[in-house]
Amino acid sequence: MSLMDFSFIPIILSLKVAFAAVIIVTCTSIPLAGLMAKREFLGKDVVESIITLPLVLPPSVIGFMLLFVFGKNGPVGKLLEQWFHTRIVFTLAGAVVAAAVVALPLMYQSVKVAMENVDPNLEKAARTLGAKELRIFFTITLPLAWNGIVAGLVLAFARSLGEFGATLMIAGNIPGKTQTMPLAIYFANESGDTRQASILVIIMTVFSFMVIYGLNRWGKGSQKDRKGGGDHA
Amino acid sequence: MELLVDIQKKLLGFELDVSFEADKNILGLLGASGSGKSMTLRCIAGIDTPDQGRIVLNGRTLFDSKKGINLPCRKRKLSYLFQNYALFPNMTVEENIGFGIGDKNRKDRLAIISEKVKLIQLEGLEKRYPNQLSGGQQQRVALARALAVEPEALLLDEPFSALDDYLRGQMVKHLTENLSDYQGVTLFVTHNMDEVYRICHKLVVLSTGKIEAKGRKEDVFKSPPTLIAAQLTGCKNLSQAKYISPFELEALEWGVRLKTGCKISNQIKNVGVHAHLLEVARDEKEDNVFKCWPKSTSETPSRTIVYLLTKSDKQEQDHYTLQWEITKQTWLKLKNKPQPWYLKINLNDLIIF
Repeated sequence: MSLMDFSFIPIILSLKVAFAAVIIVTCTSIPLAGLMAKREFLGKDVVESIITLPLVLPPSVIGFMLLFVFGKNGPVGKLLEQWFHTRIVFTLAGAVVAAAVVALPLMYQSVKVAMENVDPNLEKAARTLGAKELRIFFTITLPLAWNGIVAGLVLAFARSLGEFGATLMIAGNIPGKTQTMPLAIYFANESGDTRQASILVIIMTVFSFMVIYGLNRWGKGSQKDRKGGGDHA
Repeated sequence: MELLVDIQKKLLGFELDVSFEADKNILGLLGASGSGKSMTLRCIAGIDTPDQGRIVLNGRTLFDSKKGINLPCRKRKLSYLFQNYALFPNMTVEENIGFGIGDKNRKDRLAIISEKVKLIQLEGLEKRYPNQLSGGQQQRVALARALAVEPEALLLDEPFSALDDYLRGQMVKHLTENLSDYQGVTLFVTHNMDEVYRICHKLVVLSTGKIEAKGRKEDVFKSPPTLIAAQLTGCKNLSQAKYISPFELEALEWGVRLKTGCKISNQIKNVGVHAHLLEVARDEKEDNVFKCWPKSTSETPSRTIVYLLTKSDKQEQDHYTLQWEITKQTWLKLKNKPQPWYLKINLNDLIIF
C-alpha cells in the first residue's frame, strides 16, 4: 500500500462541515448569548435549557429529532422541498446542521459567561453617556467578551469536526459526499482498513490536542494580562 | 439650572422617600452606607426606576409616575460618575473621553477631547489604556468623560472612596477646581463629612431612605435638626436633654445644667456639642462650666481625643460621658494639671433639638 491509497476527501469534507457549522453557530450564539446574559424575560430558563440540551442528549436522539424535523415529511423538510426543491437529509448540509446543533451549546455557554462577566456598570455608564443599546453591545460588551468568543469558536470548531452519531443518522455515510473524518474512521476500521483509520485517528488526535493546549495557554496568558494591569476596577 | 427630585421607592428593609432641589451650587448627599443615597442618584440617572414621584431637570420631566413618563438614561442628558469609574477597559483615554460626544465632526470631537485632557492635566497619556493609569488618573479620566457630553447635571457617586487618604485630599482639590467652570447641576454622594464639607455648598442628610436634614452646609453642621443628622455630621457628644426654663436645660447623660444661647421649647429631646468645641474654663463660676475627670485618651497623628467623666465615682470599664478633641500640644500642657478639670461649653456651640 502506498500513500496514494489514502483518501483525503473525508478531511476536506470534515473541514467544510466544521467551517460552515461554526459560521452558523457564531451567528446564532452571539445574539442569543447577549439576549440571555443581559435581559430578563418569561420562560428564560426554558429557552436556556433547550439551547443546552444537545450537550447532554445522546447523539442518536439528536439525529432522530433532526430526521423528524428535516425529513421528507418533517415540518422543515417539507417546506424546503416545496419552496426550494432541495433536501438536507443524506447531504453535506445535513452534516452541517447536525454539527451546528451539537456545537451551539458549547459556544453559547462560553460567550454567555464572558458577557455576564462584563461589569454591568460599564454598560450603564455608556447608557448615561447617550449610547444606544446596539452601540453598547458592539463597542463594549462584545469586545470585552472577546476571550469567551474566541474560546467558544475553537471549541465549536473542534466539536463540529468530531461529530459522529447525529451526522450518521441525518447525513448518512456516503463516501466522497457525506463521509466525514469520524465516519471514515469508523467504517475504515469496520472494513479492516486499519491504515486509513489510524492516519485519520492521528490527525484528529493531534488537532484536538493542539486545540486544548492552545486554549489553555491562551487562557493563562490573558489572565496574566488582567492581573498585571489592575483592570478597570 | 435646576433639578427637582421627589421620589419614593421600596427598597430592601426600608422605603426611600426623598424630595429636594438642586441648583448650580454643588449639592451633597450625605448618609451612611445603605441609606439610599446612591439609589437616589441612580434613580435620577435612570439606571433604576422609582416606584412613584417626579424628577424634573431644567423644566424637562425625566420621570413622572403620574404621567407615565420615564425617559431612558441616554436621553436624560446627565452624567454619572461611578464609584469604580467604569472606564471602558478596551478603549484608550481619548476614546473613553470621546465616547459620549454625539454627532460632531472629527475636528470638533478632537477639540473637545484635547480640551478635556488639558482640564484634567493628562496631556501625553491620551493613548494609554485605563489599566495603565493610577487610581487618581482614572478618576480624572472618568470626570473628563462625564463632562465631555456637556451634561445638564453631573452625578458623583462616592468618587473618592477607592483612593487612599493622601490622594483623596489632592483629588478633592482637583475636583473643586475642575468643577468651578461647570454650569450644570452637581450632586455629590458620600458618607464622608469632611469631603462633603469641602466640596459642597448645600447638603442633604439621608438615613434609611429619609431626609434628616437639608440646607446650607454651615447651618446643617452647626445645628443639625435630628439625632441622626448630628451623628452623621460628626457630633461626638450627644445626650438626652430635659427642659428646665426657656434658656436652660439639663443634659441628662452628662449630668450638667447648661444655659442656652437662644430660647428653647419644652419639647426638646437632645443636646449635643462637637468634640473640638469644649474649652478649658478660665473661671469656674462662669456659665456652662462643669467639673470633669479624664478617663482615657486615644491619639491620632496630630490630635488627642480625651474621654472625660463628669462624675468622679463612675468607674465602670469603657464608660465615658464626653469626648474632647484637642491638639497634641494642648494635651501635653494639660495632662499633668490637677484634677478635676473645669471645662466650658459656649452657649452658642450647643446643638439642641
